[in-house]
Amino acid sequence: MATSSINVPNAGPVAGSRSFLSRLRDGDEIARVVTFLFAASVVLISLLLVVELWMQSTLPRHKFGFSFFLTRVWDPIAEQFGALPFIYGTLVTAAVALLIAVPLGIGAAIFLAELAPQKLSDPLQFFIDLLAAVPSVIYGLLGVFFVIPIMRQWVQPALKSTLGFLPLFQGPAYGIGFLTAGVVLAIMVIPYIISVSREVLLSVPRDQREAALALGSTRWESTWKVVVPFARTGIMGSIFLALARALGETMAVTMVIGNTPTISASLFSPGYSIAAVIANEFTEATGDLYLGALIELGLVLFLLTFILNGLARLMMLLTTQRGSGTAQA
Amino acid sequence: MTARLRWRKLVSGFMLTMTGVCALVAVSVLFFILGYLVYNGGTSINWDFFTKLPTPVGEAGGGMANAIVGSAKLLLLASLFGVPIGFFGGIYLAEFSGQKVAFVVRYAADLLNGVPSIVIGIFAYALAVLPFKHFSTLAGAFALGLMMIPITLRNTEEFLLGVPRNLREGSMALGAGKWTTIVRVVVPAAYRGIMTAILLALARVAGETAPLLFTAFGNRFWSPGLNQPTASLPVVIYNYAISPYDDWHRQAWAAGLVLLGLILMVNIIARVILSRGVAVPRS
Amino acid sequence: MRRITGMLLFVLALGGLALAQNALLINGAGATFPYPIYSKWFDEYHKANGSQINYQSVGSGAGIKQVTEGTVDFGASDGPMNDDQIKAYKAKNGSGILHFPTVLGAVVPTYNIPGVNVALNFTPEALSGIFLGRISKWNDPAIAGANKGVNLPANDIVVIHRSDGSGTTYIWTDYLSKVNPDWKDKVSKGTSVNWPVGLGGKGNEGVTGLIKQTPNSIGYVELIYAAQNKVPYGSVKNAAGTFVKADLASVTEAAAGSVKTIPDDFRVSITNAPGKNAYPISSFTWLLIPEKFKDAAKRDVLKGFVKWAITDGQGLTENLSYAKLPKEVVDKELKAISKIQ
Repeated sequence: MATSSINVPNAGPVAGSRSFLSRLRDGDEIARVVTFLFAASVVLISLLLVVELWMQSTLPRHKFGFSFFLTRVWDPIAEQFGALPFIYGTLVTAAVALLIAVPLGIGAAIFLAELAPQKLSDPLQFFIDLLAAVPSVIYGLLGVFFVIPIMRQWVQPALKSTLGFLPLFQGPAYGIGFLTAGVVLAIMVIPYIISVSREVLLSVPRDQREAALALGSTRWESTWKVVVPFARTGIMGSIFLALARALGETMAVTMVIGNTPTISASLFSPGYSIAAVIANEFTEATGDLYLGALIELGLVLFLLTFILNGLARLMMLLTTQRGSGTAQA
Repeated sequence: MTARLRWRKLVSGFMLTMTGVCALVAVSVLFFILGYLVYNGGTSINWDFFTKLPTPVGEAGGGMANAIVGSAKLLLLASLFGVPIGFFGGIYLAEFSGQKVAFVVRYAADLLNGVPSIVIGIFAYALAVLPFKHFSTLAGAFALGLMMIPITLRNTEEFLLGVPRNLREGSMALGAGKWTTIVRVVVPAAYRGIMTAILLALARVAGETAPLLFTAFGNRFWSPGLNQPTASLPVVIYNYAISPYDDWHRQAWAAGLVLLGLILMVNIIARVILSRGVAVPRS
Repeated sequence: MRRITGMLLFVLALGGLALAQNALLINGAGATFPYPIYSKWFDEYHKANGSQINYQSVGSGAGIKQVTEGTVDFGASDGPMNDDQIKAYKAKNGSGILHFPTVLGAVVPTYNIPGVNVALNFTPEALSGIFLGRISKWNDPAIAGANKGVNLPANDIVVIHRSDGSGTTYIWTDYLSKVNPDWKDKVSKGTSVNWPVGLGGKGNEGVTGLIKQTPNSIGYVELIYAAQNKVPYGSVKNAAGTFVKADLASVTEAAAGSVKTIPDDFRVSITNAPGKNAYPISSFTWLLIPEKFKDAAKRDVLKGFVKWAITDGQGLTENLSYAKLPKEVVDKELKAISKIQ
């Protein structure tokens, strides 16, 4: 962790105040003002973004109010706009993604933090960080040409024949839909879960593990029953982080989800997500209400990811405080 | 050994192996993606790909020269916009600011970092396209630059804070003012870390598609100057991938390989520089 | 410090270089329906006299929207702008917008049925039933009845439609509204409708791509997309009762009836046209050109292009399966070009 910032007073070698002019001449005051302006511009930009989103979505907010979130109909001709199918699609694909990514991610993180010697763990983590750098459109490319055919020909029929009694796995197997989007998203968010969880697990104080082992637990028991619960908050934080990423994904999702505003219990059904509908319909939204409705969807997405990111950071904060605090007896 | 102990040991061995499998799966995905791209796109990378413009729809041949140059232009402009804000803002946070201001700025940067890229696209459209009434490279660069700011800012701050106190104090003791200290001592000491931060920020936005959809738009020709729509690699990959033309699919794979190759290379270089440690000038 | 200034100067030099190449670039956006012929035309026109006309195939809906916002210099759509949209354009820009038909094309029902390689016959009832979701299997009597001798499987039909605002959708739904009052009530016509069933593809390109990859699917695309990608497409029963496959002759015949009565603003629908061998889902496609141009250079290039496209350019259309404009329409358009100020 970085050392805390020590504010060296901008006086020169002589403690106490110098005259304003001499500070000015030295460039310190100008430097402070100029860099402050740059830093302030960041705050300004973020404020402006929120304000823009809020203001441009005024029309639909006044017209539909809260029912915007409960209406299923998205009909640009009749000017009826409801956000429910998109919220549903966004949440369902994210849920599928987490169901796949969390066990895999935590498992991998446990391996990297607890079992692998550093010589193995560091290079593996390096590769996983690279996985996080792969752009969304490349995942989309793979999704269209690799994942969809596999889902359509092998995975979905297999699920149908074995678990077809569940409403989750009914309906024709298009290959495209909620399940495929969830699978692609899972691959995209695993690196986040792994890297954050690994860091959190590594920061768990050694005496916790050693105490468990000293009491006779097996390696796995000490990991699963002592270390992981100790790092529980941080791991939750990583899951929230992953969730925030999954919610905001655009390209990979729009290429495999089917782009149809449907609400269906079946994971095989095509659907739509907030980010995907904005990407598809933004440039053609004629009429202020249509455009405003899309921007309101953007506002919803923004708020969701904002809250999740905030929670994630809160959890990370709690974990580091706990981890670096003295071990309570 | 009791039976129960044997069972517990078995479970332990099994679960730990499973975690190994998880890690293996996660890592192999990366190699699988690379391999798949090489297999499908490797053969399509030829001289034409880098030098020719796209041909009319349905006709085979042509290349992505304009998309490659367009992406390069976008990234260059985005850095010119995003890096100074992040860099100087980071300097402010590390060297000048008080606790409260620092909190607000960091909060704003984290907020900006978490915004989904499609929403950044909406914002950039409202600010950089509508008022000027055209799509442009500048608008696209604005959107990408916005995304570079938080990464640059947070990392600059972190690496500057990581420079040991005594370096600063030594410089001050020799009579240098604050700004001189920053410019001549602190920043050069944190130079490597900041460079890698910029490289990582670049690699992150190089692959972004969504914000370009309604800012840089697209162009079948060269984009003159900075005020016209421009083709870019990620958008062309997207358009070609969802099309029915096999020739376009080929080109999409090739472009994907080039794009991913460049991004991974930049990431690797950045991380290698970082792992060698932040350079501290020897006294 | 010197290194930084050096880098800055280099960057500025590059920037200057970039700004220096200010060749004239005209931007247009819109329909995917005529994209193959437009991209060929713009390419040939560029080779002939250097003008760069950059056309982005983003769908008619986006074309109308962007030309109204003024973010592109011209638009293109196969669903003509309705009165409200024209009013909105006038309100935003102070002057009007003109429609110029460029070619005639056809929207065909394409499908991907494993084992079926022939051209199926579709009745209006079959098509509207499939897209309403009422006919769900390929071997339904409504389809099989017109296709005796073809072994249609008992598989579920996967309907594919457009996910973006589309003139092709407008033409298709315009036709279905004319032949099925139920469709008119429930869905009606437009560039973006509330589809009862189906998956969405982006652009004619996206729909064709989806059909190619999805077995048992059916969708509607412009003729050339099906032909170029070797996807089978069917014949449709026209108003006179004949099953007609879309081709140059049948599309030209569809337009023949309305040529004499085409209004001055060229907005006309020719779906379900009378005529023994007229293809019922044909349409004009239009360039949307503002009446008033601020930039004289752009205006002149566009005027020159439109003139070239409706005369010399027509020689390139048949190769791509678009039918030429009828002579009377061309004459009327040549006169109308002078309206562009």
